[in-house]
Amino acid sequence: MDFRTVGLTENEYKTILRELGRTPNETELRLFGVMWSEHCSYKSTRPLLRLFPTEGRAVVQGPGENAGVVDLGEGFGLAFKVESHNHPSAVEPYQGAATGVGGIIRDILAMGARPVASMDGLFFGDPELRKTKALRQGIVAGIGGYGNAVGVPTVGGKTVYDEAYTENPLVNAFCAGVVRLEDMVRSDTAQPGRLVVLLGAKTGRDGIAGAAFASVELAEDTSASRPQVQIGDPFAEKLLIECCLELLEKGLIDSMQDMGAAGIISSSSEIAAKSDVGMVLDLDRVPLREKGMTPWEIALSESQERMLLIVNPDRMEQVLQVAAKWALDCTVFGETTGDGRYVMKAGGAVVVDLPPAFIGGNAPVIHWPSREPRDLEERQRLEVEELSPPKDLGAVLRSLLEDPNLGSKTWISEQYDSMVQTNTVIGPGGPVSVLRVLRGDSAPVFVAFSMEADPWKCRTDPKGGGAETMARTLRSLSVCGAEPLGWTNCLNFPSPQDPEVFWEMRECVQGMADAARALACPVVSGNVSLYNETPQKKILPTPLVVTAGLLPDLDGFLPWSRWREGDHLFLAGMPNAALGASRYLLRTFGLLRGKVLPFDAGAEQDFTARARRTAKEGAARSARSLAGGGLAVALAKEALESGIGARLDVQIPTRPDVFLFGEGGPRALYAVPPASLPLFRSIWRGAPLTELGVATGNILDVKRGFSLSLAELRDSWRR
Amino acid sequence: MNVSVVVFPGSNCDQDAVRALASFSGRPVAQVWHGDPALPAATDLVILPGGFSYGDYLRTGAMAARSPIMEAVRRHAYEGGLVLGICNGFQILTEARLLPGALLPNKTLTFVCKPCTLRVERTDTPFTGAFRSNQVVQFPIAHHEGLFYLPEEELDELERRGQVVFRYASPEGSIAPEVSPNGSLRNIAGIVNERGNVLGLMPHPERASDPVLGGRDGLLVWQSVAGWIEGGH
Repeated sequence: MDFRTVGLTENEYKTILRELGRTPNETELRLFGVMWSEHCSYKSTRPLLRLFPTEGRAVVQGPGENAGVVDLGEGFGLAFKVESHNHPSAVEPYQGAATGVGGIIRDILAMGARPVASMDGLFFGDPELRKTKALRQGIVAGIGGYGNAVGVPTVGGKTVYDEAYTENPLVNAFCAGVVRLEDMVRSDTAQPGRLVVLLGAKTGRDGIAGAAFASVELAEDTSASRPQVQIGDPFAEKLLIECCLELLEKGLIDSMQDMGAAGIISSSSEIAAKSDVGMVLDLDRVPLREKGMTPWEIALSESQERMLLIVNPDRMEQVLQVAAKWALDCTVFGETTGDGRYVMKAGGAVVVDLPPAFIGGNAPVIHWPSREPRDLEERQRLEVEELSPPKDLGAVLRSLLEDPNLGSKTWISEQYDSMVQTNTVIGPGGPVSVLRVLRGDSAPVFVAFSMEADPWKCRTDPKGGGAETMARTLRSLSVCGAEPLGWTNCLNFPSPQDPEVFWEMRECVQGMADAARALACPVVSGNVSLYNETPQKKILPTPLVVTAGLLPDLDGFLPWSRWREGDHLFLAGMPNAALGASRYLLRTFGLLRGKVLPFDAGAEQDFTARARRTAKEGAARSARSLAGGGLAVALAKEALESGIGARLDVQIPTRPDVFLFGEGGPRALYAVPPASLPLFRSIWRGAPLTELGVATGNILDVKRGFSLSLAELRDSWRR
Repeated sequence: MNVSVVVFPGSNCDQDAVRALASFSGRPVAQVWHGDPALPAATDLVILPGGFSYGDYLRTGAMAARSPIMEAVRRHAYEGGLVLGICNGFQILTEARLLPGALLPNKTLTFVCKPCTLRVERTDTPFTGAFRSNQVVQFPIAHHEGLFYLPEEELDELERRGQVVFRYASPEGSIAPEVSPNGSLRNIAGIVNERGNVLGLMPHPERASDPVLGGRDGLLVWQSVAGWIEGGH
């Protein structure tokens, strides 16, 4: 069998020959083909990921495990991670999205954490196309169908539309879980002489080599790839969650791994490598769903709802009892050894015999060539003077509210159970989602999540766009009063073999890393999804960020959309934003152009510190950090959700459209009751602060700008 | 009051009900596994919680209705004990024929999760004594199959016997088809059996039992039950 048919390069094959000192057999070769795929090995991006800051006060577990963990105090931690399920969702939207949710939930479970919240980043194509509507319907139904049944609330998300995603939609699934730190599971704790156990669903031919499928471009006709998509069963997952948590609580297992990409081989070899033990696995003992499966199919199957357990033989009887209670298959199919060899047997013969650390950890890094895009200057060129200012700014605002990127997403979020587990303080639809975390007998704490992506800015200005994306999450968290704990990201890009794509990816990562370092927010987990393109189209550079922040109590939480008659409205932060890659520029002029405001570490630090103080000291009634659509869209959302208008009379320092619709930089819209004005002003003394006007009536009236009734705004927003 | 919450495989609101009731009553709440043959002695109220029992396979509630514990629940109801089925629990009660009717897929054909306003229609049941007459309350819903259905004549009979206890209503309390989130016939959100001791309710009172989570109206249900039991019924 030729190494090329399993997707290995010549260099990789030579590395294998050199290390093994022999020719790998067919089963081994197929294992390497998947384990050294981009999806499993991160061979193209490992050097880039080192740019991220990973250390911080709150970090308990950084990148490298199934999920990162941050400290919530009183012996509790928050495990979280975001992961892509793009290719499967493009081919089979319902199951692709559903198994994306299921997979990330098992990643969290594998840390020993109870999954408590999900969020989803969805990127769809041209919203007018039937294809988009069909994909969207399937993906949303798949997320709901799985998440609702498994009983993990979907508390928020981000939905982006651009024609770049028409053929290659993106589904980024995020999950967070709560773990007692003393029960946290690690994959480096297995000792020799333990049993290797398979818990959960039977193994079938579904999802064979799905990881390899995710590591190449999508073909023009994707129907042939359907067998590589897995099928989800949320009922089995719910039983698996409860069973695993009961096993952990009773102290019956030494270690645990979820079976995601590359199934048995990936989960078991990772434990062997990290714990530095050998392993002998008997594939004949794996419960199968169908007959005639070859050893490599069994080893690589991505059948869902399975976990791998490492169990002390003395406790096996109790493990079987718990599994029986939850009606789950539980099968011993191997043991750990002291000889450092990773061996698989089938039909009585040895079919795999490899050094464990070599299987997952040694795909040689590929240093793809990198080149600044030839048209970068063109992408960034934007002369505002050449844009004739629109006459009717009210019509512009209405058009922005009708933009599916900025409008209400209620029709999506209502299809998800956002409240199950009864800890959702703030569900979908706002700048952040807030969850209560119970900590045994201690007082609860509250965690806020912010998910952001701005692929347009990452297209015209990858570094600035990356920084802006990351910083936006921290601004939203700070404005509501949360202290950042850590973040996770999903890097969605086209093929890295295109030097311009690789350059864009490196710049995006650098920008995100710069922002995270400046704001002292460590990465704890992440995922990379490459080859998101079809022969016709590449997706936009799409890094997605989810950041978690801590609220010790709700007294220090500052909500949004709470205007009351007579509140004073302020813009905190610089009044002069940029039109570069703004929604306004795209929607009104059809232009994807211009640079992003450069990331200013000092300004961001100052803004986030003052914003947190404002929330903590209760100096404002309502606040919203500015994002897509700039000040005008923030005003409209605050007004229509508060059910009250405003009269604004402000000396606009720039062109009205730049002032109203410009984006970028640390800025927020505040509503302050008259009694709090002295405190609010003292907190923001020395920082850029513009008084805009007063909340009143039922018309949003901006002198020299626009005048729209709440009814008109609502009509556009809900369209 | 002694509360038992039944846990079916696939239940996912069981712990929410346990927490809400334990917090309200200050007493431990028993959790009963679906395979158990009996309820704890002295159980006053049995709750069949929301979720996806048996994965909703076959038909929502159909398999749970045939779980071993359901015989004990049936006996408890025959003896006059209180039974509350919430969401999937309501579906199970109709499948077990402890309540009439069926819950069909929502008119939207999608899952719907959002706060809803309900009007209470009777305040003389064990579950509604603490409500004011015609009070409008807010409980969230979260279901895919919540359209209550009965043939027209049986529906009239149900109404005549006063078995409709909650209806979807506008915040002002008016009942119109537009304010029903799922297309339920006559906006029905909750019904009792003829005797009044078994309530099926699609909205979730346990999700409206904590002001931090956006509401306290659900407490009225627990207060009603506590009052009923203290009253020596």
